[in-house]
Amino acid sequence: MDVASGSASGDLAASLTLAYPEMLMAIGAMALLMLGVFRGNSSTRLVAWGSVAILLMAAILVLAQPNGRFVGFGDGFVVDPFAKFGKVLVYLGSAVAVIMSLGFLRSQKIERFEFPLLILFATLGMSMMVSANDLIFLYMGIELQSLALYVLAAFNRNSLRSTEAGLKYFVLGALSSGLLLYGCSLIYGFTGTTNFDVLRHVIVPGEMGLGVIFGLVFLCAGLAFKVSAVPFHMWTPDVYEGSPTPVTALFSGAPKIAAMLLFVRVLMGPFLGQDGTVVPEWQQIIIVISILSMTVGAFAAIGQTNIKRLMAYSSIGHMGYILVGVAAGTVGGVASVLIYLMIYLAMTLGVFACILSMRRKEGMVEHIEELAGLSRNQPLMAMALLVLLFSLAGMPPLAGFAAKFFVFRAAIQAELYGLAIIGLLASVVGAYYYVRIVKIMYFDEPAEPFEQPMSKSMRMVLVTSTLFILFYLVFANPLLRMTEYVAKSLFL
Amino acid sequence: MEIGLGNYLSVAAIIFTLGIFGIFLNKKNVIIILMSIELMLLAVNINLVAFSAFLGDLVGQVFALFVLTVAAAEAAVGLAILVVYFRNRGDIDVENINLMKG
Repeated sequence: MDVASGSASGDLAASLTLAYPEMLMAIGAMALLMLGVFRGNSSTRLVAWGSVAILLMAAILVLAQPNGRFVGFGDGFVVDPFAKFGKVLVYLGSAVAVIMSLGFLRSQKIERFEFPLLILFATLGMSMMVSANDLIFLYMGIELQSLALYVLAAFNRNSLRSTEAGLKYFVLGALSSGLLLYGCSLIYGFTGTTNFDVLRHVIVPGEMGLGVIFGLVFLCAGLAFKVSAVPFHMWTPDVYEGSPTPVTALFSGAPKIAAMLLFVRVLMGPFLGQDGTVVPEWQQIIIVISILSMTVGAFAAIGQTNIKRLMAYSSIGHMGYILVGVAAGTVGGVASVLIYLMIYLAMTLGVFACILSMRRKEGMVEHIEELAGLSRNQPLMAMALLVLLFSLAGMPPLAGFAAKFFVFRAAIQAELYGLAIIGLLASVVGAYYYVRIVKIMYFDEPAEPFEQPMSKSMRMVLVTSTLFILFYLVFANPLLRMTEYVAKSLFL
Repeated sequence: MEIGLGNYLSVAAIIFTLGIFGIFLNKKNVIIILMSIELMLLAVNINLVAFSAFLGDLVGQVFALFVLTVAAAEAAVGLAILVVYFRNRGDIDVENINLMKG
């Protein structure tokens, strides 16, 4: 396939056309901020739907951009199919999180107009992360995203749990940014450049200097923090449990996708061999954190009683499976990562639509036992949750099975047999705690029913994601071809 | 004695390590954690400026300016979160930040 490419570095106007989606989000967010400031918290719903509209318009702008690889802003900002795919996923994840938050904010009496705006600014940061082609852009994107997310975690400022979650997230997030930045400075110092395209030619795999290897290790540690891979996962369960639930729904979707795609771009860009071979220096790191994430995600989730905490360990485990695809380091591996991220987003958003509907008169409940008897009280919601949980566990013929299948296939094709076997065993252990929830829903003594009906937006999210998961195999082929095309664009 | 790149890098590495230890070994006060984070970022700045000077390349200094700006924003957000936490909890001892086990 002939692919157009271009560099607009000398030309500001051409650079700006590459960043239309980001400009729309930045300007739109500031306009909505003014609206909120002048109209006060009564405008929260308006600001929220405005943010959703901006995110959807930005997604359309992304799709309207021409195919091919274009760089601008001093070669620091890249628009290629990989970035476009990531941006659409991220915008969708954020938009759904905004939609799901409305009812919750009202019931918790924290309906403030800053909430959707912070999500919008965080999404702008994620968008920059996905398009970063330079260590400076990488850092600025991560920080723009993180600073907004720290505030979101502490958004319920009268709750001790929420502020504690914000504080923990801030301290550990800042630590990880520091590590990442130290790695960036070493890579810059020992290669003389911060640009990914130049780095790719300067770095000779197999004979990197000690300084570059140190830089790579620090960079990987910082990025592993952001995707919450073990051993850098300590913040995840606490932040997931303490944050307001719609924020947890956001955390487990869009930021993870952006960080994982950035991880892939860093490893497959500057640190890939000239002939596209995998570099053992980083492959070993990824294999180790992948194995650790899969096992910790599977075993630590067993004893959990809080469903948000359980979802935290579940997401740690899923990041481990995705890193299996990254470790393969091939086009097939990257394609499997993209498929997995897409399916993972659908599954988590669906599950969080259910969690956000677990409310009684006295307020939200988060204990897994509260789901008892859901099959009798709300059979349709129980059925949807059953499909989503089986998919998270990886049962065929649901989407979660296809995701795991492609990841492990990529690992086997890259001759990483041990990694694939450990991953399969971990997913067997992981299936236990998903099936335990199903058992509680269907066979335990019924608890008091939840308030009904589910809000319209929750129902919409739940139905869409469940249908996607159920009928994934129908459109698996076109999606597979698309992700392979997208993955190839990264290796040009 | 000639002061070369190695000396600058050593100082930066020492300060960076101090920052990390400051975060993990400190049992008293969250403010000290904020100071340690600042130390880490400043160590990175020393690195960047030293590399920039020795490479004769301006990118490192531009990077350092960005890091300074972000560090200021980060400190502002961190202190704000600390203030709302203090309002709920009444103290900022690191040992007491344990409502959720982890």
